Amino acid sequence: MIELEGLQKHYGKIQALRGISLNFDPEQVVALVGPNASGKTTLIKCLLGMVIPDGGRILFDKNDIAGDVNYKRRIGYMPQIGRYPDNMRMGYLFGMMKDLGKNRITEHFDEELLATFNLEEMFAKPMRALSGGTRQKVSAALAFMFNPDVIILDEPTAGLDPLASEILKQKIQKERKAGKLILITSHIMSEVEEIADSIAYIVEGEAKFFKRIQDIKSETGEERLGKALFHLLSK
Amino acid sequence: MNKIIKYVLHDIFRNRILLAYVVLLSLSSFGLFMMNEDVSKGLSSLLTVLLIVVPLVSILFTTIYFFNSYEFIELLVAQPLKRSNILLGVYAGVGLSLLTAFWIGIGLPVIIFDGTATGWYFILSGSLLTMVFVSLAFLASVITRDKTRGIGIAMMLWFYFTLIFDGILLMVMFAFSDYPLEKLTIFLSCLNPVDLARIMVLLKMDISALMGYTGAVFNQFFGSSLGIVLSMTVMLIWIILPISIALRIFKRKNL
Amino acid sequence: MISEFKFCRQLKHNTAVTKPNFAEAPFIRACFALVMLLFCSFSQIEAHEIIVKQGTKINTIQKALAMAQNGDIIRVTASTYFVQDLLIEKSVSLIGTGYPVLDGQKKSNILIVRAPNVTIKGFIIRNSGISNIKDKAGIRVEKGDSVSIIDNRLENTCFGIYLAKVKGGTISGNTIHGINSVIQSGNGIHLWYSHYISILNNKISGQRDGIYFEFATHCTISRNLSEQNHRYGLHFMFSNNDTYTFNTFRNNGSGVAVMYTKYISMTNNTFDQNWGSSSFGLLLKDISRSTISNNTFSRNTSGIYMEGTSDVKCVRNNFLNNGLAVRMLADCEKDTFLLNNFMGNTFDFTTNGTENLNFLKGNYWDKYAGYDLNRDQKGDLPYRPVSLYSQIIEKLPSAVFLLRSFMAELLDKAERALPSMSYVNLYDNEPSMHMIQR
Repeated sequence: MIELEGLQKHYGKIQALRGISLNFDPEQVVALVGPNASGKTTLIKCLLGMVIPDGGRILFDKNDIAGDVNYKRRIGYMPQIGRYPDNMRMGYLFGMMKDLGKNRITEHFDEELLATFNLEEMFAKPMRALSGGTRQKVSAALAFMFNPDVIILDEPTAGLDPLASEILKQKIQKERKAGKLILITSHIMSEVEEIADSIAYIVEGEAKFFKRIQDIKSETGEERLGKALFHLLSK
Repeated sequence: MNKIIKYVLHDIFRNRILLAYVVLLSLSSFGLFMMNEDVSKGLSSLLTVLLIVVPLVSILFTTIYFFNSYEFIELLVAQPLKRSNILLGVYAGVGLSLLTAFWIGIGLPVIIFDGTATGWYFILSGSLLTMVFVSLAFLASVITRDKTRGIGIAMMLWFYFTLIFDGILLMVMFAFSDYPLEKLTIFLSCLNPVDLARIMVLLKMDISALMGYTGAVFNQFFGSSLGIVLSMTVMLIWIILPISIALRIFKRKNL
Repeated sequence: MISEFKFCRQLKHNTAVTKPNFAEAPFIRACFALVMLLFCSFSQIEAHEIIVKQGTKINTIQKALAMAQNGDIIRVTASTYFVQDLLIEKSVSLIGTGYPVLDGQKKSNILIVRAPNVTIKGFIIRNSGISNIKDKAGIRVEKGDSVSIIDNRLENTCFGIYLAKVKGGTISGNTIHGINSVIQSGNGIHLWYSHYISILNNKISGQRDGIYFEFATHCTISRNLSEQNHRYGLHFMFSNNDTYTFNTFRNNGSGVAVMYTKYISMTNNTFDQNWGSSSFGLLLKDISRSTISNNTFSRNTSGIYMEGTSDVKCVRNNFLNNGLAVRMLADCEKDTFLLNNFMGNTFDFTTNGTENLNFLKGNYWDKYAGYDLNRDQKGDLPYRPVSLYSQIIEKLPSAVFLLRSFMAELLDKAERALPSMSYVNLYDNEPSMHMIQR
């Protein structure tokens, strides 16, 4: 569904992506894993057209995304930090996002998370009055809103309370089963182990490997993913 | 784009700083008009507000608003929306809000106290000046990622146009005082929208008579219809050029 | 009639001379008064009245004048009379009832007075000829001493009232309104080599100069309104010992200009709204030993412009909302400014030199930012009315471009903090802390 071909990006002298090639197929959860500043976020931003790569290309259903915005209709995105217009009430924000994305959907909006996170109760509050966790919930709800084929979640559970994390994880699983491609970044291995099918391991702008978690475990003979990764990388 | 303008307006009209700006402008204009029995005197005192406060608030408010909305702009970019539409939408939204604030805070009192051509000219100059500094603020905002630096650049631009430029101009005048400088000065004034706005208003106010012989040259130029068209055009260029550059940068910018 | 008149005058003269005697002898004084009264009433009875009226035998003023003798009164009833160069060579009173119109049909002068003791009252005088060489006037008086021109309305005359070599006389209550262009218009009230004239309560507008004096001395100009004239509201030169009080000069092309004159007194006048790039409230050129007091200068480009003046006292004047209150060139000396109010002016004072031979004291300056610790109502620091920015403009006329800019304001603020930046040696050592009441 998404093909990265020799993707390169540098910021000044810093080489953030050094020719990454990856293929993501639907109906799976892929975790982008790697140390800090390894290029995960840059990769996501390239996918979303927020960062324009210097070299290589990205194909979305065989179409190059360079200079295109329409493919984004099929992507939902939850940023690492969500900030919204300070003086807007939450209800108005959702209304606005629906309005801006009107052409993205033919059927109903997916408002499941709105209900399960109990966000509707807070519709009257202005965005500046919300806690970081609540804003994360808003971001998550917005990412799933348009029932997109691809959902990209940047550090989705950071800042969420355990209950909300659980709700989100269940939602991710549900969407995967519905045939969607879900890309997440995360530092928490237990979480990755719990929700992801495969791992793309990225170090210094290169994809070290892209494997199914089961394969990693059986390859290394370790039960826990963290250990398995450690094992794999220290080889 | 219209939707973005609408939502930016919805947000900014609830902004407390903007509200404070309106109050500040209203207080100073009503205060100055009531303190001076003479309307034109009040207007010329208000000119200082127009030339210093309006550019400062316009450029600072816009820059801060831009950086506070940075993550939201990112989110909008991740939506199926064109970058140019996003930036121009936010630009138009911020510009319209600041213009509205200016119209309520200064425009209204000016019309109430001095509904003459001078008053309208005053409002026109202020409106153009507001938009020039909103444009400059967008330029300052897109060339850096860092909020503090962005605000620093905005402040420097304001400082440059309200003070440093005139200081340099004065030094140039001193250095070449043996030559007739009127034409050069007219040309140089086009390089500073604040000077241009000031001259446009001054020549409509009766204070222009003070300018004597040298002023007569300015009067002849800026008072003629060609001069008015030309100075308007230059002001419009000052609005369009920075925002166009900002747009070019923003289109390729890594968010 | 003539002899009687002369006698009457001699009698008056005598009474003046013999005054001390009267004081000693009240009885004789009473007798004389009685005789005087008799004479006066007698002479009034003797004066003939001639009535000019359409449809009667005397239907033109010319006919009436031909019949009249000195001292007669010619009453002209309301109608329109076409007259040109109508010569009045007898000492008569020409009195209009119901404002008869004397129309000159734009050809020449309308009335010419060449006799003493002529009165012209209550006419509408309109449409004189237009000539710049011959100075066509509505009422032209040549050597007609003790003339009285009262309550007339002059419309569309080139010159309004023109006095040449006249001694004594009153011009009062006239309205003079010109409609000609700058080149074609003459002066409203024009005096040339005339003395002891009183000009009172006239309204003059639309002329070249409202009031023009050349070699006119010992005149009193009081309570006139001169406005919207093309050039000067009041213009005089070589006219010593004149007094100007309670006049208003408003919105004239170039304000008021007075030149080459000594011993004048200008008090309680208003100089208002004389705007324009070469306009001033009052221009003084080579004026000496004169007093300018209790006047108001408001909304002029320059309130007073002084060039080559000496020993001029400016006392208790108000300078309000002028672009520039006083411009005093470096060749002025021994002028004093006392107890004036300077308020709301863009610039209070400018000069073109660094040395100063004039004297400022006890004025009120609204821009003064000093303090009064000893509470004597006088500022403890001297005030320097010539601002740094105005000094820069003096050296560098282009710098006027920065008028009202932040830069210009900052320069003046800096000067206030560091007075040493200023190099003009002109200051008020005892600035008043309060507005001066007058």
